[in-house]
Amino acid sequence: MAVYKKTYRPYQGDLTPRWRRLLVIPRYAFEDLHRSRFLNIFYLASFIYPLIAALIIYAVHNASVLKLFNAEGAERLISINVVFFQSLLGWQSMLALFLASFIGPGQISPDLANNALSLYLARPFSRVEYVASKMAVLLVLLSLMTWIPGLLLFALQSYLEGGSWMFDHGRIAAGLFFGSWAWILLLALLALALSAWVKWKPVAGGLMFGVFFVGAAFGAVINNIQDTNWGHLLNVGFLVGSLWQHLFEGSQPTTNGAVFFRVPSGEQLPLPACAAMLALLALACLYMLARKIRGVDVVR
Amino acid sequence: MDAVIELDALEVRFGARVILDRLTASLTGRSIGLLGPNGAGKSTLLNTVLGFHRPFGGTLRVLGRDVRTAAREIRSLIGYMPENDSFIASMSGVRFVRLMAELAGLPRAQALERAHEAFFYVGLGEVRYRALGTYSLGMKQAAKLAQAIAHGPKLLLLDEPTNGLDPPARARMIQLIQDIRARGDLQLVVSSHLLRDVEECCDQALILKEGRLAAFCNLEEERKANRRFLELETRGGSNGDFLAALEQIGCQTAAGAQGRIKLILPEELEVRRLYEIAGRENVQIRRLSHKRDSLEDIFLKAMEAPGGRL
Repeated sequence: MAVYKKTYRPYQGDLTPRWRRLLVIPRYAFEDLHRSRFLNIFYLASFIYPLIAALIIYAVHNASVLKLFNAEGAERLISINVVFFQSLLGWQSMLALFLASFIGPGQISPDLANNALSLYLARPFSRVEYVASKMAVLLVLLSLMTWIPGLLLFALQSYLEGGSWMFDHGRIAAGLFFGSWAWILLLALLALALSAWVKWKPVAGGLMFGVFFVGAAFGAVINNIQDTNWGHLLNVGFLVGSLWQHLFEGSQPTTNGAVFFRVPSGEQLPLPACAAMLALLALACLYMLARKIRGVDVVR
Repeated sequence: MDAVIELDALEVRFGARVILDRLTASLTGRSIGLLGPNGAGKSTLLNTVLGFHRPFGGTLRVLGRDVRTAAREIRSLIGYMPENDSFIASMSGVRFVRLMAELAGLPRAQALERAHEAFFYVGLGEVRYRALGTYSLGMKQAAKLAQAIAHGPKLLLLDEPTNGLDPPARARMIQLIQDIRARGDLQLVVSSHLLRDVEECCDQALILKEGRLAAFCNLEEERKANRRFLELETRGGSNGDFLAALEQIGCQTAAGAQGRIKLILPEELEVRRLYEIAGRENVQIRRLSHKRDSLEDIFLKAMEAPGGRL
């Protein structure tokens, strides 16, 4: 056992570079999250869909595998196309919402509840760096669930189908990457903002769902009463779906968008309006964070 | 000696409310006390030093750096022990201090080593693996001190370090602060509304009242001066002869009622000489005390002074 002198001595050693300090909070957070059995199981389960998708892509390109299951010709029924990848993104993004609702509220609220912010910010560590560090925890986990498996599957399909398929369908890769980032950034911001304002974690988690589902229901009511489509502006799923649709297919979509993020044909809203609404939501979250993340609360 | 904290017409406002009103002082002591009643602006001054509040007017320099332009650099030199409970209740003590040391820039291994050392130093070595939420109030205060010193700061800010402590715990905390001060490796700023804490731990005291500078005193010089200031209670003999004899050997004296004498001893004279003279003059010295113009006197005068300024 180490023996420690009961004395104070100044520190003379080297200091870590500024960027490495950004990784300290995520590292501690991952250690904490790793202790939760439920979270570990949920996280592993979230890779089932991408795994099945990988098997499908592999099977479609291997006649011998299909023959093994007496399913010759099945490759004609399964198309690895924009719908396939949109479905993957839709499922994974919904799981990402569950994960963000589970771990997001625990990011900032304990620091606020325990007055620990003054200690974080009394160090050479800014408010922006604090939020970025907390956000990194969510962004890493959500990236591993969304665009990383999506792009890996896209690479697998490109490898098996040939280079020309990859160039013809480059838009899918861009859609997976940018569409996922739009979603996970929004989720992370919302989770942190709610975590900063709602100290009780189950309530903050519930509010995450509330923003998506209650907003959608309220929007639908407005649409019905006013006989309009503009109520969809309150439906975050619709807004994100519209963005994805544009990223995956451009201005002439052939599908209704991703599962859970449907954009029914004939009900589309102008893309700038959807993008502006999403930006507004993100700005509101940033404002909420800016109000709460302070070294000391000022009573005016 | 270079100033630890230089205030030049520093003004801090919360909205329209003036919290710190044109403070000007140059604090050079190894251990500086911030005194004042609740709401005087002590914590606001500390928070401004940390960069949590932006000065509305004037300047504030900490260890030669301006808080407006070098807040981050200043924070890298500071260890801060806040007034309120500040920690993550579910974390073990040593893990929390390690986290804070890593955020201050220490590499992982060194942060862990120094977190252990800091815990032993503040007397919590045996409970360092326990969750902070289970600590007693005294242990929490000590843990806050541990996180403030673990990264080896140049300036330690202690906001009400003995708040809520029972007498033994308070004595331990004061002992730790005195020990840190005696080492001379770092400078201290102790904010407290307890005069005794400041008197026991500090060389200089800045007294604030309603955001204004009410008094600034060099406690070290006061202590030196007070050591020569005596009050005697005498019986028997002739006080007049005794006083004359004292003045002959260079004492300044003032006779009070009922045999009381106040006197200032010359530098070279020892107290023993007073007893010799008293014996010669048939005077009994029943009581001898160093009548000090204590920090309490200075504080009370500052509080009563018109405009809050001595």
